[in-house]
Amino acid sequence: MSAQHYLLRNRDVEGIDRIEVYEANRGYAALRQALKDYQPDELVAMVKKSGLRGRGGAGFPTGMKWGFLPNDGRSRYLVVNSDEAEPGTFKDRELIEENPHQLVEGIIISSYATRASEAYIYCRGEFLRGAEQLKRAVKEAYDHGYLGKNILGTDYSLELKVYRGAGAYICGEESALLESLEGKRGNPRLKPPFPAVAGLYGGPTVVNNVETICNLPPLVTYGPEWYTSMGTEKSPGLKIMSVSGAVKRPGNYEIPLATPLRTLIEEYAGGMLPGRTVKAVIPGGSSVPLLMPDQLDTPLDYESVVKAGSMLGSGGCIVLDDRVCMVGATARLVKFYREESCGKCTPCREGTYWMTDVLERIEYGQGQLSDLDLLADVADNIAGKCFCPLGDASLGVLVSALKHFRHEFEAHVADHGCPMGARLYDTVNH
Amino acid sequence: MKPEWKAWAQEAKNEFPRANSALMPLMHRIQLSEGWLSNETIRDVAELMELPVQYVESVASFYSLFHRQAVGKRVIHVCVGLSCALKGSDELMHALEERLGIKEGQTTEDGAYTLLEAECLAACDKAPMVQVNLRYEGPVRPEDAERLLSEEVPS
Ligand SMILES: Cc1cc2nc3c(=O)[nH]c(=O)nc-3n(C[C@H](O)[C@H](O)[C@H](O)COP(=O)(O)O)c2cc1C
Ligand code: SF4
Ligand code: FES
Repeated sequence: MSAQHYLLRNRDVEGIDRIEVYEANRGYAALRQALKDYQPDELVAMVKKSGLRGRGGAGFPTGMKWGFLPNDGRSRYLVVNSDEAEPGTFKDRELIEENPHQLVEGIIISSYATRASEAYIYCRGEFLRGAEQLKRAVKEAYDHGYLGKNILGTDYSLELKVYRGAGAYICGEESALLESLEGKRGNPRLKPPFPAVAGLYGGPTVVNNVETICNLPPLVTYGPEWYTSMGTEKSPGLKIMSVSGAVKRPGNYEIPLATPLRTLIEEYAGGMLPGRTVKAVIPGGSSVPLLMPDQLDTPLDYESVVKAGSMLGSGGCIVLDDRVCMVGATARLVKFYREESCGKCTPCREGTYWMTDVLERIEYGQGQLSDLDLLADVADNIAGKCFCPLGDASLGVLVSALKHFRHEFEAHVADHGCPMGARLYDTVNH
Repeated sequence: MKPEWKAWAQEAKNEFPRANSALMPLMHRIQLSEGWLSNETIRDVAELMELPVQYVESVASFYSLFHRQAVGKRVIHVCVGLSCALKGSDELMHALEERLGIKEGQTTEDGAYTLLEAECLAACDKAPMVQVNLRYEGPVRPEDAERLLSEEVPS
């Protein structure tokens, strides 16, 4: 296997986070080319042609999103979602900590394309080093004339600011993010209106993920045909997959879309740890249903993963091996949603609490068989009934675990405890 | 109110002039120097931002990284997300609890340490992951608890 890197191409270049080194490695050349050779609309057309889809989770076509901005003369905003907190996902953190100028360059190109005059990076509060790296990179970019008034002598001007979150997964949801950026609690907004029409400060706003934006410099350099030469017709290009769990080499891997899951695990991530076998895989972050060992040949593109019953999501691939207790694993994931529910709507706020409590009591051997129906019932009262997608996200793993591993839940009840001897930190009753 | 806070508020407002966007940057900056946000600090921030105290409190309490109780010199966040749990984060938490003589969520009597759980810190490839004053350290295995506590940590 030969790993071809684009977004991660400079990961071994010493000092790439400094502007001189970045420039010496053809950094900001794509920006020069974009400003010189393209009108903004031509760039939007190019992104549409490339088929690039949002890498934040939903996979929405980026060029189409940019095209939704109304032409009404109001000033526009570009907001970069760097709130990465979906369990199992750690690609954006590498992109901002290790190579912040690639993101800054991508932001300037994207802002020019969408005619935004102000851009913001919303950086997860826990990413202290990430925020420091970004702030330094932004300052260097100003000092070198890539940001501010009349960029590189053109009549295009852009202000870019870094804003720190303060610990709240829900602020990764774009409308909650905008609330937070306006200095409020991070409760999601009612949609429509979508951010393109009424976003930050009520203005037309594009919200894009870090990885999405990082695709812009290579896209300008190599052109849309390069992008569509990889992946499938509907899922072209590259995706960074974050692999964790029982593999030999956990880490970020940049794959052409439609690479089989098996290749990702066995070749990129070096295969399973000695003596371990795959029990199930969470392919796209904690919010998506499990894939089973007989589905390892699933190509990792948006459509194929949906067809297999899950989602590519954020690309956070957690490999669960035969020693993992599915009840414990599920309890831990549902607990995440309990912690991170913003509390605005009842099914999510109460349901995630209740499900965690029931799952933990089953794990501890105090569950009853009727608890399995109770879980299904609570899940049913969350599904499709919440204000934002977080509620549904809490069900992905749970519902598929109940389907594929029901016997394990039953064994916990029958044996009054975990047959695998798994120990779980008591999160409800401590 | 510390004398420099007025200037900090002005700087935050200059950088983020619209809506209440200066509020969180200001609270971050004050917490960095004070360690936490006391009721008095919240009142001061409200005054500086010309906002109701209740509003500032409602925002501060929404975000887990704004501390509304005094914390120790070193705030240890142990990631208890799934990938870390699979590699022993819960045992690490127990080891730290035992070693420090406190429970998760508490601060040692001498004010040296606060022990908190974190959700996935986006570093699952180095599980179990820990942050000390938001600086990453990982992997930290349960048997490394002692070493973690003996390290000099730059604040
Ligand atoms: C609960 C929740 C959390 C989310 N977290 C993130 C996140 O951390 N990063 C991200 O880019 N998108 C996240 N999203 C998706 C965003 O709402 C939005 O779709 C995305 O930032 C758009 O960018 P893209 O089109 O480039 O993917 C989240 C969505 C939900 C519902
Ligand atoms: S679904 Fe959960 S996170 Fe979303 S608005 Fe409702 S309570 Fe908040
Ligand atoms: S689960 Fe701990 S860093 Fe992701």
